[in-house]
Amino acid sequence: MAKASLFKVLCSLVAAVGVFPSWSWAQDKPATLPLGITTFLTGPASVFGIPGKAAAELWIEQFNAKGGIDGVKLSAVFIDEGLGGDKFLTEYRRVAQETGEKVMVSAISSGNCNTVAPVAEDLKVLNVMWDCGTEKILEDRRYKYVVRTQANAVTEMMATLVYLLKTKADFKTIAVINQDYAWGRDSWEIFRNAMLAMKPDTKIVAELFPKFGAVDFSTEISRLQALKPEVILSTSWGGDLDTFVRQASQRGLTKSSLFVLPLAESSLERLGTALPDGVIVGARGDHYFLHPETKDEPKHKEFVEKFRAKTGNYPIYPVYHMVAALEGIAAGYQSAIKRNNGQWPSTDQVAAEMHNLKFQGLTRPVQMREDGQGLEDQLLGVTKKVPEYPFPILDKIMIIPASTITPPVGEKSPEWVKKLTPAFLSNDQFKTFASSK
Amino acid sequence: MNLDLLPLALADGFSYAGLLFLVALGLTLIFGVMGILNVAHGALYAFGGYAAASLVQFIMSRGDPPSILLVAALFVAALIVGVALGCLLEVGLLRRVQDKDPILQLLITFGAFLILDDLQQLIWGGSPYTASEVSGRLGTIELFGVTYTVYQLLLIPIVALCAYGLLQYFLRHTRIGRQVIAVTHNAEVATALGIHAKRIRLITFIVGAILGALGGALSVPTTSLVPGVGTDMIVLSFSVVATAGLGQITGALIAALMIGMARSLAVYTFPEFEVVVPYLIMVLVLLIRPYGLFTVAQARKI
Amino acid sequence: MFAAILSLVGAAICLVLGLIFPWMKVPIIVGLCYGLAALGVTVLMRAGQVSFGHAMYACIAGYTVAFLARAYPGLDGLLLIAASVVAAVVAGALIGLFVVRYREIFFGMLNLALSMVFYSVLGKFYEITGGTDGLRLERPPIAGFQFDRPGYETALLVTALSASLALGWLVQRYSGSAAGEALAGIKTNETRLEYLGMSARRILWNGYMISAGLCGLSGALFVLLQGLVTPELGYWVRSGEFVFIAILGGAQHALGAFMGAVVFQAIQLVGTVLLPGTWKMLLGATLIIVILVAPTGITGVLPIKSWSKPRERKLALRPVAEKS
Repeated sequence: MAKASLFKVLCSLVAAVGVFPSWSWAQDKPATLPLGITTFLTGPASVFGIPGKAAAELWIEQFNAKGGIDGVKLSAVFIDEGLGGDKFLTEYRRVAQETGEKVMVSAISSGNCNTVAPVAEDLKVLNVMWDCGTEKILEDRRYKYVVRTQANAVTEMMATLVYLLKTKADFKTIAVINQDYAWGRDSWEIFRNAMLAMKPDTKIVAELFPKFGAVDFSTEISRLQALKPEVILSTSWGGDLDTFVRQASQRGLTKSSLFVLPLAESSLERLGTALPDGVIVGARGDHYFLHPETKDEPKHKEFVEKFRAKTGNYPIYPVYHMVAALEGIAAGYQSAIKRNNGQWPSTDQVAAEMHNLKFQGLTRPVQMREDGQGLEDQLLGVTKKVPEYPFPILDKIMIIPASTITPPVGEKSPEWVKKLTPAFLSNDQFKTFASSK
Repeated sequence: MNLDLLPLALADGFSYAGLLFLVALGLTLIFGVMGILNVAHGALYAFGGYAAASLVQFIMSRGDPPSILLVAALFVAALIVGVALGCLLEVGLLRRVQDKDPILQLLITFGAFLILDDLQQLIWGGSPYTASEVSGRLGTIELFGVTYTVYQLLLIPIVALCAYGLLQYFLRHTRIGRQVIAVTHNAEVATALGIHAKRIRLITFIVGAILGALGGALSVPTTSLVPGVGTDMIVLSFSVVATAGLGQITGALIAALMIGMARSLAVYTFPEFEVVVPYLIMVLVLLIRPYGLFTVAQARKI
Repeated sequence: MFAAILSLVGAAICLVLGLIFPWMKVPIIVGLCYGLAALGVTVLMRAGQVSFGHAMYACIAGYTVAFLARAYPGLDGLLLIAASVVAAVVAGALIGLFVVRYREIFFGMLNLALSMVFYSVLGKFYEITGGTDGLRLERPPIAGFQFDRPGYETALLVTALSASLALGWLVQRYSGSAAGEALAGIKTNETRLEYLGMSARRILWNGYMISAGLCGLSGALFVLLQGLVTPELGYWVRSGEFVFIAILGGAQHALGAFMGAVVFQAIQLVGTVLLPGTWKMLLGATLIIVILVAPTGITGVLPIKSWSKPRERKLALRPVAEKS
């Protein structure tokens, strides 16, 4: 037994030595602050993830030129989420376990966020979830080192439902076709429960979940055509959404049913003429290069121009999300430095700051709550072809404040959703904008 | 599911089976003649597809081409990839392992597959490739109240059936075809009778490679190409070939139809089982008939 | 003797490297997992049968670990490993009953098909198996101690090394035993084996269960290390990698599986860190070179007593009536 306790003591010593750096109060300022950014660099989702990488590179370059955080410059290491499940986790761990202070910015995929959140908490590394939507992470457990600088699935799906009910209140049949993973399943669960709470007599004619990264939806489209639902909802994104819309458009499904695509703002330019007019499109947040309130503001306008010069495309919402995450990190550090009397803060202090922060990316400001969840207003519109652009723009834009459509801290969304009533729709904070050009 | 959805499921299954058959045909042909299960077939599918997508994009950037040219481009791309890679693989690799253990032969094709997989990602990158303009140009057709694209419902099955017909004609009524059959039955005796077995093997491999690449090329206008399509396609074609019986061409047609129909029926009835269906069928068939549905009895040497 | 010394030295080097460079612990443990799985494949290769679906046993064991760890959070890691290996062996026994009737290509194909069925089912049933996202588990205690991350990795390293040494030795003993020699009989001439009064199917079934258990152990360790199990653990490419390692190291000695795993991990590290995006190419090229130049693998080139060569010589010199 003595042998066992000696072993235990040795192990504890080793562990203690390993953890030592985070004990200190006043840290030494590091030379650079590396950011471990995960995004999709290969596969169908890369059309979504590569702009995020470009945005990070652009923003970091600009930020470092202005001096960085109190003189400390940022550097980025990119990890490919396209590696899949455990290969991705191995890479994430490798970067997160390197010695020295760092901030992890992860991830796009809700599945990957589910995986890395406990790992980051375990390793005591600050992890900013920059794009994944699953609300379960921050609702099921109180995290110290994991925060989300954007809205979650509840806010986004509630906004979608509100817009749909205000546009077409009398639909009777609906079908859903989502990607088969955490986001696809969770987002439908919220939407369905909220919709049935407000319109109990709606008939769900089909629930289809093709696998994430599927390249062919022909059979699903045939089935949907045969069932003829009035509304078709899809929270797909990236290459999956592109393929689905193209195939559906070729076969006329986009004209016979009302398509509701809460994540389609990221596909508008790529899809071009494949999207007809009248499709309900969301932007997961209020991220749109023609944002009615901020499109002419110098910070936003300049970034759009620089991004276009760098990549040849207009920025899409992953770009905005990336900028928001980086702005949030910078704001968190600056706020922590101020609170620490000008000294470089510890990871614990920065993590604490991130739990009660207000910062601004390129559009409306984001408010971080005490549970680490960000409150981000939601923008939705319908597609409309205009001569100025080779792809549809958003018309009849509505911006919905997050506070009206997000469950309060500590309340789980399934219960909150069940308590909704049709009176919810007559909230006067839902701001609509006159038809734009 | 009501019965009026059944013809729809069959129509969908038909076009899916067409693509599957083309790829499986190449695979089973190669096995029949050379006795090697070519894992690199998946890479041939992927290369065929990417080459076709690039060729189509190139042609489209040079002005407004007629639709027939775009469709022809798919075949041309498949031909080029099939001949080039087929020669490279056969002469460079397979010839050297002609007399080795079948497992080593299979593993060498696996090694070739890995190399080609990375090569494909180096050349064309990780983002999706598509050529949906091709199918868009050919228009749509309505069947049982559902709109289908002409490309998917008619072109692909017709090409698959033509390939089947042409191959059967080639094997039965041309001299080289009969030599191929002879080499399949017994390579030693065929060589003793004066047939140039080496050349026959090369020709067969190239034909098989072209068919695999054609499968990939024809899939581009409807779906999109991403890294990993080759890996998925190879197991699917294995399931068709194993269900049919290795080396059975007509069997491959029937097995492809079976699996295609079953899969689309699954989407209409139990969508969660859609991905499991091909492998489930393979397992069930192999459990009942261990050598596939259509194998001929072979003499056993003790 | 040489093999025994090489194994012990190798294990010592792994342990020392792991303690000096903490970041090396994870690649070493992963390498050992691959080695154990390849060891399972070599057991079947002795009978001349190659399975292209053995990753499914790693997967079954991995999911068992995840289900148990989530249902009973305080359960010890060693208990989880034991339970999952039992699950893998039971699965191997059930599946083996059908599979041992097949030979050569069809043996490989049927295993492949079954592993793809498992893979697809695991990936689809989101509610139960977490779908393609998989299942996560918290770090369990090991041998009664609740470690933090670095200590946990060290504990797993020690467990993996001891398991590898013990099982490598046991597999060697098995190969030299009557059961192991009978397994080789299936490869040389199965009909004669049956004439000797032994059931080839039963012998293969035994070997199949052992190989399933080894792959299961590999999967359990891997999942405990990662804290995550996804259906990818059972994908056919993974099975192909196991076979690749077995061939690379050589199927005639238990050490071959581990030497192959070392080379495999080295290639992966080079291919991911030094020349990013080329690891599959390097792997493929290595496989081709090994098959063309040295088909008996690394251990075929080293002065290690293989299972077949010395025995033949011994039998030729001894009188006819000898111990069985």
